[in-house]
Amino acid sequence: MEALLDILKELHPEVDFETCDTLIDDKILDSFDIISIITSINSEYDVAIPAEEIIPENFNSAEALYDLIERLQDED
Amino acid sequence: MLFTSYEFIAFLLVMFLLYYLVPKKFQWMLLLVGSYVFYAWAGIHFLAYILATTVTTWLAARQITRLQEQQSAWLKAHKAELSREERKAYKAAGKKKTRRFFLACLLLNLGILAVIKYTDFFISNINGIFGTDLAFMRFALPMGISFYTFQSMGYLIDVYRGKYPAQDSLGKFALFVSFFPQVVQGPISRYDDLAQTLYEEHPYDHRNISFGIQRICWGFFKKMVIADRLLVAVNELIQNPAEYTGAYVLVAMFLYAIELYGDFTGGIDITIGIAQVFGIKLVENFERPFFSKNTAEYWRRWHITMGTWFKDYIFYPISVCQPMLKLSKVSREKLGQALGKRIPVYLSTSIVWFVTGLWHGASWNFIVWGMLNCLVLIVSQEFEPFYAWFHRKFPKVGRTFWYRLFQVARTFCLMSAIRILDCYRDVPLTFHQVGTIFTQGNWGIFTDGSLLNLGLAAADWVVIGLGVAVMLCVSLAGRSGSVREKLAAKPLVLRYALYWVLLVSILVFGAYGIGYDASQFIYNQF
Repeated sequence: MEALLDILKELHPEVDFETCDTLIDDKILDSFDIISIITSINSEYDVAIPAEEIIPENFNSAEALYDLIERLQDED
Repeated sequence: MLFTSYEFIAFLLVMFLLYYLVPKKFQWMLLLVGSYVFYAWAGIHFLAYILATTVTTWLAARQITRLQEQQSAWLKAHKAELSREERKAYKAAGKKKTRRFFLACLLLNLGILAVIKYTDFFISNINGIFGTDLAFMRFALPMGISFYTFQSMGYLIDVYRGKYPAQDSLGKFALFVSFFPQVVQGPISRYDDLAQTLYEEHPYDHRNISFGIQRICWGFFKKMVIADRLLVAVNELIQNPAEYTGAYVLVAMFLYAIELYGDFTGGIDITIGIAQVFGIKLVENFERPFFSKNTAEYWRRWHITMGTWFKDYIFYPISVCQPMLKLSKVSREKLGQALGKRIPVYLSTSIVWFVTGLWHGASWNFIVWGMLNCLVLIVSQEFEPFYAWFHRKFPKVGRTFWYRLFQVARTFCLMSAIRILDCYRDVPLTFHQVGTIFTQGNWGIFTDGSLLNLGLAAADWVVIGLGVAVMLCVSLAGRSGSVREKLAAKPLVLRYALYWVLLVSILVFGAYGIGYDASQFIYNQF
């Protein structure tokens, strides 16, 4: 989780990713950010997030994103 | 059958009466028959194209769902006896089977679109490069082919991804593809947004119908009072480029921006209003785009359904595909984190904007238009640290009304400048014309009455000015909620007086009136 928070904070240092759960709904993350996050996650966790998983529910909070990473790791 | 024609109004009235007279379980079937009558009106032979897309997509999607259900049932039954690797291998083999149907259908339908729409563009480029004289094919473009193809392919991709199961009824799926208010110029709906509202039974709801009619009238006002009137001046400026240079090009840019806004948003208002009259809720396609503070925001608010389609079905899949992830890894290693992570994002953005340009039309004008939009988006992205620094340094400035107004004006000017590529014959002419703005110096045209010689009388400019002012006021009022809801809360006399004024304005000031056929909706051609 720490590594994920680092990835997110690097993009938006002003956002409190530990509490915010409206990253997509409040348009904090745009599509450029999402791709940056996915490529960083791929480097850090060696997990490829497929396009069909790019939905608000998976990207609205750091926790949801971490759950997604764990789920995809589990499926591998 | 144009939305602004007498035939269409008569067709709509007949559909409306029948819709609320037939037993409710037949309502969707009536809409299907109506949609095919509407489509056949444009040319009965065009039905072959929309039928081909409908039937092939329906068959492929059903087959994909059937395979997915079989595979998941088999996995469930054999879960205990399979190792993790075996399950993975079975899933991969299953995906491969569904992929065959998915790719065959996708390529067939995009192939039809490509051949019909782009063959002549391809031939003209071949002729240009090799000096050959290949004959053009001159295929007639079936009405709304770009819209219904994209809508159907969105459905196919979603079914393939397992987002929802395929529609079993061919009739219901055919209605999703051909629903007559939206088949001409969108919005490009998603199946999971539209299916329920399209197929369910709709009792007569006076408020819904009244709101729908209001929206239709508002669309007619924007289209016929403002856009069609402006079209006269825009055509004069564009079709005589040698005569109208310098400041006239600037005038053309802004007039075309307003014309396109009135035309396209007016058309979508009519579309959404008609659907609402039938009790069907269509997704919104615009969110006051000219109030956007930057280009990225503008593209989130203009032609929203097209933007999200390209984002979900092209931008994201390209950005996260294996080769792109590999490229990202390599570029991060070789070029460092900062530059390395930009490369896949910018490459995907460039591809998407190239395709977006091509989708708009088979010409270099649209491709250059797409690439310029891409350039502006990338430059804006690169300027982000500067903006962040500026706002940290001057926190109060960014919050002032004047700064926001500057941002809105900047975005409007930038988008208007790029959009002029829609208008002129070719790219070199467009750049030449835009260049003359900086060299000609004929600024006197704004004061010496020259603008009154563009085919419009002073009274027309007054109508346009008032119309734009009304449009602006409605947009501003819409920021805090539905304008029609607000209107409904007003006293009866005031409300009906406003409805009456709107209706009379369309009848009196609508350029050439209902039934005048000269101007297609601009987006019909896409």
